[in-house]
Amino acid sequence: MKHSLGYLIDLLTVITEKELKVRYKSSFFGYLWSIANPLMFAMIYFFIFKLVLRVQIPNYTIFIITGLFPWQWFASSTSNSLFSFLANAQIIKKTVFPRSVIPLSNVMMECLHFLCTIPVIIIFLFVYDMRPSWDWIWGVPLIGVGQIILMLGVALTLSTLNLFFRDLERFITLGIMLMFYCTPILYASDMIPSQYNWITDYNPLASMILSWRDLFMHNSINLPKIFELYGYGIISILVGSLIFNKLKYRFAEIL
Amino acid sequence: MSVVVEFSHVTKRYPLYHHIGSGIKELIFNPRRALTLLSGRSYLAIEDISFKIKKGESVALIGRNGAGKSTSLGLVAGVMRPTSGQVHVKGRVASMLELGGGFHPELTGRENIRLNATLLGLRRRELKERIDKIIEFSELGEFIDEPIRVYSSGMLAKLGFSVITQVDPDILIIDEVLAVGDISFQRKCMKTINEFKSKGVTILFVSHNLADIEKVCDRVIWIENHRLKESGDSASVIASYKQAMA
Repeated sequence: MKHSLGYLIDLLTVITEKELKVRYKSSFFGYLWSIANPLMFAMIYFFIFKLVLRVQIPNYTIFIITGLFPWQWFASSTSNSLFSFLANAQIIKKTVFPRSVIPLSNVMMECLHFLCTIPVIIIFLFVYDMRPSWDWIWGVPLIGVGQIILMLGVALTLSTLNLFFRDLERFITLGIMLMFYCTPILYASDMIPSQYNWITDYNPLASMILSWRDLFMHNSINLPKIFELYGYGIISILVGSLIFNKLKYRFAEIL
Repeated sequence: MSVVVEFSHVTKRYPLYHHIGSGIKELIFNPRRALTLLSGRSYLAIEDISFKIKKGESVALIGRNGAGKSTSLGLVAGVMRPTSGQVHVKGRVASMLELGGGFHPELTGRENIRLNATLLGLRRRELKERIDKIIEFSELGEFIDEPIRVYSSGMLAKLGFSVITQVDPDILIIDEVLAVGDISFQRKCMKTINEFKSKGVTILFVSHNLADIEKVCDRVIWIENHRLKESGDSASVIASYKQAMA
């Protein structure tokens, strides 16, 4: 069945709204929570790495949050997407609608959370006597769309596979933690000994974090990194839709 | 009259997925066993069923529990595909959700209406025009803004049915939902179903209440042991069904 683009947008809005409402009863605390969680982690990392281990990176607070906030978007939407089809079993079994809207709404909800954290970044920039620039106006959507594409591919893959392998969650939790330390969030990529450079050179999440950090910290659009991000994004969405389309007619049987 | 639903020699088997419930661990440590189980046993839901439903007809599916009625409806709704044979469906299908299914317990009645109506294909602006009618039909009054976890099963059924009244499908699937709800509401539902009929909507009806079926449906398809047993006008099929059950 074909659906018009307008209908798909309506569907995406309604489902995203539903997820938000279910998660937060009150919108104000919802907002606080979306920044409290990564901010708490930022404080912990600041204490350990700046004050205890004395990492020599200038403006370390901003360095951490510009990596941590986009990371949070990735990590939450990836681990939430695992259960996106399972949690909506009833409507999948009974109604026909493009199922891919559900993982997409997961990605978009965490995207909203991420957008909520940008003002926090701006406040910290002012605290450290730095300024945002007008380039953000097109930089944020440019990198944001890249990240959405990358993460939608991941979400489609994981939400589909999790139906068939219900223990996938354990592996993914481990994987997310592994990737966290393999991505230059707490450290700069030039601090890695050269024989380990491949860890960040071939890491889609590194391209993603570095694009954001160059934009937020240095007000520069790092086109080569963004180009990489889109490249990885296209691969991820191709793999994701291949797996999803192959298995989507089995969803109703297995749920 | 044109044919809107056509099953030709439809067979549906489900693999027994619970074998792979043990997941990736099994696949990694014991791949041969996991894969043989995956390709191995399956459950036959319906076998070699063929029938046609014309536009505007109202047809009931009857049969024992587990005979394959829900699988047939799932195939019409398009949520699954047949293992062999062909299913042709023309037009938009709307299925009424099971009691509480598709509703989220933490959301209010109004929010659930929005969610459900959108899933059934209503656009946002259409919903805006119709939501008042939906709420009025539901007779829920002030409860409409309460989370539906406080609703009784009758109230949930009312909510579910009232959403259906305002969507415009070509084919409407009603799966055993009228049983709850008080008598006056059941009457209202029957009236709505008859209005759909007069608008030329094709209706597929599953119920264990034979009296309801006789009231609503022109034709009955009887599925017994995953196969088509009998199909024909309501009175005669119901008569032989009653005889078989007795």
